[in-house]
Formats: sequence, structure tokens, C-alpha cells
Amino acid sequence: MLAAILSLGCIGMVAAVALGIAAKKFAVEVDPRELAAMEVLPGANCGACGFPGCAGYAKALVAGTADINQCPPGGAEVVAKLARILGVEASASASEFAVVLCQGDNSKAQLKYHYLGLEDCTAAQRIADGPKVCPGGCLGLGSCQRACPFDAIEMTATGLAVINREKCTGCRKCVAVCPRQVIRMAPSEATVHVLCNSHDKGAVVRKYCQVGCIACHLCQKAAPDAYKIENFLATVVYEHHNEAAVAITKCPTKCIRDFSEGYPDGSALLPAVADKPHAA
Amino acid sequence: MKLKTFAGGIHPPDNKQWSSHKAIEDCPLPAEFVVPLAQHIGAPSVACVEIGQHVAKGQEIGTAKGFVSVPVHAPTSGEVIAIEYRSHPWGPSLPAIVIKSDGDDRWSTELQPADPADLSANDMIERVRQAGVVGMGGAAFPAHVKMSPPPEKKVRTLIFNGVECEPYLTADHRMMLEEPERILQGMALLQSVFGAERVVIGIEANKSDAIALFEKHCLGTAVEVVALKVKYPQGAEKQLIAAVTGKEVPSGGLPMDIGVAVHNVSTAAAVTDAVIHGRPLIERICTVTGPAIREPKNLRIRIGTLLSHLVEVCGGLVEQPGKIVLGGPMMGFTQLGFNAPATKGTSGLLLLRTQDIDPRPEGPCIRCARCVQACPIRIMPTTIAAYARRNLLAEAAEYCAMDCIECGSCSYVCPAAIPLVQSIRYGKAAILAEKRKSS
Repeated sequence: MLAAILSLGCIGMVAAVALGIAAKKFAVEVDPRELAAMEVLPGANCGACGFPGCAGYAKALVAGTADINQCPPGGAEVVAKLARILGVEASASASEFAVVLCQGDNSKAQLKYHYLGLEDCTAAQRIADGPKVCPGGCLGLGSCQRACPFDAIEMTATGLAVINREKCTGCRKCVAVCPRQVIRMAPSEATVHVLCNSHDKGAVVRKYCQVGCIACHLCQKAAPDAYKIENFLATVVYEHHNEAAVAITKCPTKCIRDFSEGYPDGSALLPAVADKPHAA
Repeated sequence: MKLKTFAGGIHPPDNKQWSSHKAIEDCPLPAEFVVPLAQHIGAPSVACVEIGQHVAKGQEIGTAKGFVSVPVHAPTSGEVIAIEYRSHPWGPSLPAIVIKSDGDDRWSTELQPADPADLSANDMIERVRQAGVVGMGGAAFPAHVKMSPPPEKKVRTLIFNGVECEPYLTADHRMMLEEPERILQGMALLQSVFGAERVVIGIEANKSDAIALFEKHCLGTAVEVVALKVKYPQGAEKQLIAAVTGKEVPSGGLPMDIGVAVHNVSTAAAVTDAVIHGRPLIERICTVTGPAIREPKNLRIRIGTLLSHLVEVCGGLVEQPGKIVLGGPMMGFTQLGFNAPATKGTSGLLLLRTQDIDPRPEGPCIRCARCVQACPIRIMPTTIAAYARRNLLAEAAEYCAMDCIECGSCSYVCPAAIPLVQSIRYGKAAILAEKRKSS
């Protein structure tokens, strides 16, 4: 009995010492930031960031090969925490917002054909330049919505992307993914925009869209500094955005909109009380 | 006898009964032709005529730009009334030359017939290039490029494609029955250009009359007539090679890498016209068919004839079509309307009714692997499509997305109606764009 206890105890001691030495000698140095990042990440291992699970993403973050805004489930909160851990500027500083320069949804703009394929704007654009007659309008298949890490893009029931100004962090992912370049960056303090992206002549635009810019120059007459008209399309000169609001009532097709007063028709979003810059 | 074929593939109803018994008719000339400058794979040609200029039938009106490009020619004599953007079968509006016919239909005097015995291989290739001949099976790849393989890649086997595996289409079938001499002459010319040792013509077994006719014509010659199993896509280049020779074109390679060249039977006929008669490619056979057209026909049409004219010639519509397709139902281009002109690659105009199309909503993949079984190049459509949709391009490329021939067999068999071939196409385009960006 005693012999058994002693011999097993000795074996245990020897093994413990060996393991202790091995643990010290072969210890893998883990960057404490990586562990901290792991704590912050949601831990769902969903792979939406493009890395094998949260651990892979944390590793890439520390190695500097990934951006902090690649975790869609985590949203703005995780971005802010990661920014603190990694000591980088949160890209959610929101000096700029993305704006969809179109409000011609399927009820207002004409379609060329009934699209049945893949729910993706780039794929649809490859078929006869997209299902919309308008060459620049929003296709409404939601590629930007899926690209947005912050759930800041709403697709209306009638097929129009609307960007929530309270959630947008200005990361530009939607801008990169849009095949029609209808999403543009604009200074966050500018709330008035011309929501049209068609460079066709007025008479042509009128045929396919009820709310397109027809380049009638009335906005420019009302506020000469705040608007410029190039290639049959009016745009707000953002340096003078304060003066732009006076032209809203002048626009015959109602394609100038002040986001502080409301989002395009069909959107469920409510205007922010004071259109405050995003607090990241 | 066991018929030759390839692994995979599908058996869609062939629906050729609408037009397979109808002899080729000459389509009456319309008053106006719209000849697009881009009708082929490669650089579009450049207009070399001016508005107001009078052109003769067969006169060059657009010059080739670069090696992989072909000229376009006036389909009839008349006046150039516009050079502008017009509807194009590919979807967007593209530059086209509009010609108002003068009714004379007078040939240009510059076209010179020649005796093939006096021509070297290079002369023949040059004549084919000048005549603007492209592959007539549908893809419209310039024929002279295919005829000029690099010297280290010797073509030993020349295969002629009389398969016409697309459902509904009967243009090649009728041509083989009615104009076998034109095809056989072209086959002989192409054989002399390539110096090929073995010449084969592959015909699907549902065209037994064409097989019998060619067997009779080829008796005592070196040309083998091979009957092939009725299966889609039997007429795809690589599948035809696999069926006839048993060899596989390597991934990313061309048929010339294994010493094979494939040409359509209609291309052979166009080569005859170009080399012997000096006539450019300004007409082709086109099947106008489908349940929504009053009188399906096989028509000899001039390039640049508007689709609306073809519908008129065929007795008009039975009802408003649910889908207008240029080419066959599997690989054709859906059209927005009848404003586009027929081009060199227009093998058919298919008009389907609303009840003939099946717009099922997409469901989840149930991992049944029917697409994998159907795939004639033996890749995994469901996996590649899933990668492509998530923009995981490197993974899609690793699973051989670039080898996809876009035949649509996977989408056809998918019980969940997943747009597989569209996703893979999208992935292929994205991979190519990425490659261009990085180089």
C-alpha cells in the first residue's frame, strides 16, 4: 500500500516538474493586445470579417493586416473598443457620411426588364447594364447593405438604399461596392443633397424617372454659390452647403432633399432631432 | 453501336420539332440595316465610311482594330444614314452603322474570286480575315485567329461541329441537309490550312438524316462522320473533343495544346464563301422559333436585320412573349425587345410565352450534388457559386471557377433554383478584374 502511494507520488512529482519546465521553456508569447481583442470580439466565429473566426481576426488586427471595422456583428461598439485596445484612431470619426444620390425607387423610376437572378447589384449590372432604365440610379438589390459593417443601410420595400446618418461611420465600404457609383461621400454637416445621379438630358430623364434632376438650373438661380450643374446634373457645392436649403422648394422634380427634415419616401428612418455627428 | 459522348451533361427536351422539317427560306430584305461594329469577341471594328456615303453589298464599312478583331461589311447596297449608338443584342447600346437599302442589292466590284489551288495557307487565312469570318456557333470568335496557331502547336485533328445541342435551334441541321457541298468544300480548305491528319465531323444522333447524308458524301474520303449521343452540352468545344478523341483539354489550356482544332459547320461554309468566292460574311442561317411565334422558320438572314423584321417575316406573334432570347435557351442572350439587330453570332431567335418560363424563387442549397453530377467539366458549381457570392475570389479560383464554360447545366438541374451559372459568371468576371488590377 505504502509502496504504491510513494511510487505514484514520485512519478507525479517528476511529471509535474517536467511539465512545469516545459511550460516555461516552450511558452508561446501572445501579444496581450490579441487577448484583449479576443475579449472584445463577439466570439461567434461567424467569419464575416474574412478570417477564420474571431481568433484569426484578432491576430490579423495585431499584425496590422486587418482594419478595425471588419466585424459586422460587433458594430460600432466593437470598433470603438478595438480602437482603444490597438491605440488607433477609430475610422468612425465621421467627418464624412455616405449618401445615396438617388430616390428613384421602383415606384418612381422605370425598369428595363424584370430581373430574376442573383440578389446582387454588380451581378445585375452585368446584364444589359442593369434592370433600371436610368444609367446611374440605385438598383436596390442591397449589395451596399450587405457590405455595411454597421447596419447603417436600409433597403426600402420599393428597392432603394437609404443610409442612416446616425449609424454611418464613413468607412466607405458601400462606396467601394456600388457598381453604379451612386453612393458618394459628403461632409457630415451637409444635410442638403441633390438626390440624382443621371447625366442624361432633362427630357430623357423625365421619361424614365419622376424624381430625377432635369438640369433646369432653378436651384442655381435660387442659390448661385451652393449649386453647380455639370453634364445635365446639379450637385451641391458642399463648401456652401448652408445656402443650399433655399432651393429645395424651387426644384420642380423634388430631387433636392434636406436629410435633417426627413429621409426619402418609403424609408422607415426618422430624421435625427439635431443632425449630430456620429459619436464614436 | 454505342454512341460517343462525354461525362456529365443533361437531357433537356430538344424542342426542335418546331422548325427541323422546314427548309431554309431567304428572308426578304428590310428597308434599313443596323450593323453593329462589335459583333465578335475581341476589339470592336472602327467605322471607315461616312454618313451619306453610298456603299455596295459586301463593301468593308468597319475595319478591324488589332489581330483579335475582324472587319464588318455592308449587308446590301445603299446609303449610310447614321453612325450612332443603337440597341445591341448584348444589352447596352453600342455603336452601329445604319444603312438604308437602295433596293438594288448590288455586289461590290472589288470582291475577287480565287482558285484555292493557287493560294498558300497564309493567303487563305488572310482572305478569311478580310471577309470578317467568325465562329458561327454563337461565341463569334474571329476565325483567322483560330486558324493561326503558333508553329510549335501542330493541329493534327480537325473536328467539325455539327452537333447543335442547344434545344430549339435547327439552323446548322438545315444547312447540313441543304448545303453539304459548301460545308465539305470549307472542310477541305480548313484541312489544307492546318495540314491536319485526321478530319472528323461530329453530329448528334437526333439528326440521323444529316448523318446519313454526310456518310454518303464522305464515303471514300478521309473524313470520319461520328454520331454522338444526344446530350447537352455535346456541342461545347471541350466536350466535343472529349467525345471524339477521348482526350481532355488541360485546365486553362486551348484545344491546340492537345493538337485539336474545332470549327462549326457554318463556319466552314463561310470559309468557302470567303476563300473561293471572295464574299464576306454578310448573311447566316437563323432559326426563328418558339411557342410565341406564329410560323417558326429557318431563315437566311443578312447581318444587321432587325429582330422586329424577323418576327414580321415569320407571321408575327401569337401572343406577347414572356421572354425573347437570341441564340438557344441554355446559353442565349435574353433581349429587352425587338429593336436589336441580328449579328454574326445570331443562330436563333427564340420566343417563349409567359407560361414557358419558370421564375421560381431561390431556395437554400440542399447539398444534393445534382449540379456536380451534371457539370460537363467536373467542377463543383455549388461550392464555386457560394464562394463567388461571398466575394471569396481566391477560393473560387482554387476550385477552378475559370474553367467553367457557362453552359448552364447546373442551373438547369438545381432543384432549389439557385442561379448557379450566373453566380459563377459573376465570380469569373470579378477574378479577371482582380487580375487586371494587380498586373
